[in-house]
Amino acid sequence: MKAKRGILIILECLTALLFLLFFAPFYIVLVNAFKSRVEVLTNVLGLPHDWGQVVTNFKAILGNGNLRFLSATVNSVIITVCSLAIIAVFSAMAAWVLVRTKNRASQSIFALYVAAMVIPFQVVMLPLVSWMRIIYETVGIPMLRTHHGLIFAYLGFGCSLSIFLYHGFIKGIPVELEQAAVVDGCSKPGVFFRIVFPLLKPITVTVLVLNGIWIWNDYLLPLLMLGTGNAIQTIPLAISGFVGSFVKQWELIMLALLLAIVPVVILYLFAQKYIIKGMIEGAIK
Amino acid sequence: MRKSLQDRLVFWGFLIPTLFAFVMVIIIPFVLGIYYSFTNWKGAAGAAINFIGLANYRAVLHDTRFFYSFSLTAAYALVAMAVINLVAFGLALLVTQELKLRNLYRTGFFLPNMVGGLVLGYIWQFIYNAALPELGKALGASFLSRSMLAAPRSAFFAMIMVSSWQYAGYIMMIYVAALQGVPQDLLEAAAIDGAGWWQRLRHITLPMIAPAFTVSSFFTLVNSFKMFDTNVSLTNGAPITEFMGESVFSTELLALNIYKTAYSFNDTAQGQAKAIIFFVVLVTISLIQVFLNKRREVEM
Repeated sequence: MKAKRGILIILECLTALLFLLFFAPFYIVLVNAFKSRVEVLTNVLGLPHDWGQVVTNFKAILGNGNLRFLSATVNSVIITVCSLAIIAVFSAMAAWVLVRTKNRASQSIFALYVAAMVIPFQVVMLPLVSWMRIIYETVGIPMLRTHHGLIFAYLGFGCSLSIFLYHGFIKGIPVELEQAAVVDGCSKPGVFFRIVFPLLKPITVTVLVLNGIWIWNDYLLPLLMLGTGNAIQTIPLAISGFVGSFVKQWELIMLALLLAIVPVVILYLFAQKYIIKGMIEGAIK
Repeated sequence: MRKSLQDRLVFWGFLIPTLFAFVMVIIIPFVLGIYYSFTNWKGAAGAAINFIGLANYRAVLHDTRFFYSFSLTAAYALVAMAVINLVAFGLALLVTQELKLRNLYRTGFFLPNMVGGLVLGYIWQFIYNAALPELGKALGASFLSRSMLAAPRSAFFAMIMVSSWQYAGYIMMIYVAALQGVPQDLLEAAAIDGAGWWQRLRHITLPMIAPAFTVSSFFTLVNSFKMFDTNVSLTNGAPITEFMGESVFSTELLALNIYKTAYSFNDTAQGQAKAIIFFVVLVTISLIQVFLNKRREVEM
């Protein structure tokens, strides 16, 4: 629908105004992260008097024993990167054998993965915690309050959608390619890792983006698996613990929020096309 | 024979890592959860678990806080669905015009979706409690001087506003994709025949993007139903209000109510019974969606 020139100018102004409105919350975080404690209370909307204040705030954040921001960042990175690596590789492997094996077992397992996507997290969260405790008591492997326990849980919760996405993509790859490699003497795992997995790159990007944004921002699963007051905290956990402490230091909270947002925003600006495509695919599943 | 044994080994070997994790963190807890909801389970280690039939469900049905939270969540999900989709569709109509900076606008509208629910809840808590009152003072608008989070009704709309900000850009992208699929020549032909902007929108564009409306509506409905992170960081249920003669948390959505039942009130089994009811409602919504999709496929 093409609009006339005059109308187009009005629409441009309207959209620009809405754009500024959408951006305003980011502006509030940004400017207040650069203010002193007194200024946050007296001058919320304006620009900071002294941008250099951010250095003081930054030092305060790094030195804060309640927040432990540096350690939380390291943990968030470890948990996100490890979870993504195993989700992508293991889901691709599972999806590949599910597509290439045509029998009742493969069909019912795939159906189970798809059906489980309607189970909301809230239904399994309470029994999950006590089940993880039961595992520790019977086998001796600590699942709660550990990195590996949380990463394992992310594999379990993240694999359904990932397998579903890989499954759809692999169906479109001609099987002749793989058969030729088998004739040339390549083993089945060799076929997957040398030929199939590299071909999956476009959908792997989607899988990494979808799971990455989810895991980086996730709050409830780390809260249950890692607990509060644990040495291992992710950024969202650390921030919620810090905000919940008795005096709200908004200038530090704003800087911590800003630091939590910056990595995803940078990723978004670089990989916008993939992110939007991936998230729409994820929604329409 | 050797060949088929190898195939089977590879099949199960490749499947085991995800299947094992999946069964351990979803299937077993899910089955345990159904069982626990019929027991006096306390969630603590070593405590005996006794079967008590429907007692938890009966208690939940007489729980005023749960009834309030359930009604609140239904209202919240429906209003959020309507507002998010309206805003998103409006934005999609705007950014599909030939605007000079339309790519920048799309990027900007989508951006809030990158921020985690917990983080954006804190951002908006600060906006409602500090930024908007200051803006009100500067503009002389007294209605802004009081935080929207202080009263039950305004806090409800405060949550709707935050969700709209978070999801509108995302849903907008789904509508943009759908709008780009509407054939231009059809619209031009209608324009030549004298159809105005509204007529073309009403009789050509809207029917053609109906599937996108279904997808987006259910997506936002289900997501709003499950909302937890932003609820915790924005209000954590506050303020308290009166409902059927009892004090309830006026902005406590279902997911938060379940969490608090289990962890603040240590009534894990009752929390689990609530979670099962929550699950049944969500499955019903999903089944309605599948049914509607099937019916449309038949029609086409």
